[in-house]
Amino acid sequence: MTKKIVIVGGGLAGTIIANGLCRQLGSELRANEISIAVIGNTEQHMYQPGLLYIPFGKMREKDLFRDQRSVLDRRVAFHLDPATKIDVSNNSVATESGKTFDYDYLVIATGSRLRPDTVPGMSEGAHWFYDLDGARKLREALENFDGGKIIVNVNAPHKCPVAPLEVTFMLRDYIQERGLADKTEITYTYPIGRLHSLEPVAHWSDAEFTKSGIKSEVFFNTKSIDAEKKIISSEEESDLAYDLLITIPPHQGAQVITDSDLGAGGWVPTNRESLLREGTNNVFVCGDTTNIPISKAGSTAHFEADTIIDNLSSLVSEGRMARKYDGKVFCFIETGSHNGTYIAFNYTNPPNPGPPSQMVHWFKLAYNRLYWLSVRGLL
Amino acid sequence: MVAKTTIDMRGAFCPGPLMELIANLKLVEIGDEIEVLSTDKGSAMDIPEWVKKVKHETVSIEQIGDIWHIVVKKMK
Repeated sequence: MTKKIVIVGGGLAGTIIANGLCRQLGSELRANEISIAVIGNTEQHMYQPGLLYIPFGKMREKDLFRDQRSVLDRRVAFHLDPATKIDVSNNSVATESGKTFDYDYLVIATGSRLRPDTVPGMSEGAHWFYDLDGARKLREALENFDGGKIIVNVNAPHKCPVAPLEVTFMLRDYIQERGLADKTEITYTYPIGRLHSLEPVAHWSDAEFTKSGIKSEVFFNTKSIDAEKKIISSEEESDLAYDLLITIPPHQGAQVITDSDLGAGGWVPTNRESLLREGTNNVFVCGDTTNIPISKAGSTAHFEADTIIDNLSSLVSEGRMARKYDGKVFCFIETGSHNGTYIAFNYTNPPNPGPPSQMVHWFKLAYNRLYWLSVRGLL
Repeated sequence: MVAKTTIDMRGAFCPGPLMELIANLKLVEIGDEIEVLSTDKGSAMDIPEWVKKVKHETVSIEQIGDIWHIVVKKMK
């Protein structure tokens, strides 16, 4: 009897897992002992970290995309048919077209989504770059910007925790390069009492901000935005005027998670080491979708995916789990238009960013291309 | 009846206890309580500081061994 592995989500996590399973379970696939299916909701696979470069005209839109089928191993059955209900009691997934997919093993990798609509005035009064449409609009707004107050506003929860700092540093350089530094003020707001969740990163950013004349306001959680008066107000009762507002909108998990009653806010309760959904032994959860209190980032999803590939392969072939996820995260940090650094940490070792260098910046630019090999499992 | 959820932030560096508390408060009802477990001693100071600023309520702070247990009630 063929064992069915179903992966819901064709983003970074779902794609890496599907390709990795093909690599490790080649003989089982050949013998028709297993099948691997991906249920996705987009025909195009997007390299999301590239969105950071779009507002500054430093990456072409077409370089963000590949056909989803082209990045999946040919042995994977790809269904462009959004999942509408995941029934973990009956081991099945229902889709928009009315089909039902039964599974022996399930991977949920449905990711996160932007919810600017949950903050009054945010959709009307703010720009963002975490999706293509937003990044295009921000690019246009920056092209038309000729000086004034820019606010970079960060909200919780959000993915890619270093991107707000990166966009701030790149913005500083962009403004300088356009000769607008003398008539531009950049203010960065952050939900907690320092500039970044990670204390070493916050400490390092503090010095960079002081050096660059970037202002900041901490303990700032957006309550509402008055798009007409161009004022952003916080839960902490602070009002800031702006000419251009760049926000990182609060995120939630996918609608299908909420509709399937699998977790508040669309985040699925997940064991931080096994990456199994709490209460089940045949449902793995990967990437942004988990409720694990860890960075929602591409690298997190990638390292989790590698763990799931090993464990799922072992379960299928030997009936046992192979290893635990240790909380590994690695993030490049662009510290401007020409320099970068990185952080690496796990559940037991804290991060410690090194001094920025041009070489790390070039590594990041190289990875922007190498991703297409990485997602296929070739790197 | 007051619902109480627990977020286990032991050994988690990013997004950190307060950031996770802020995110979780958006998911519960007014009157509900959230218990944060943290090994970061800074949490015992910055969580109550923020809770006071936004007019929620710190119900209790207790250190048991290396773990801080901080209970917060959503007030608005």
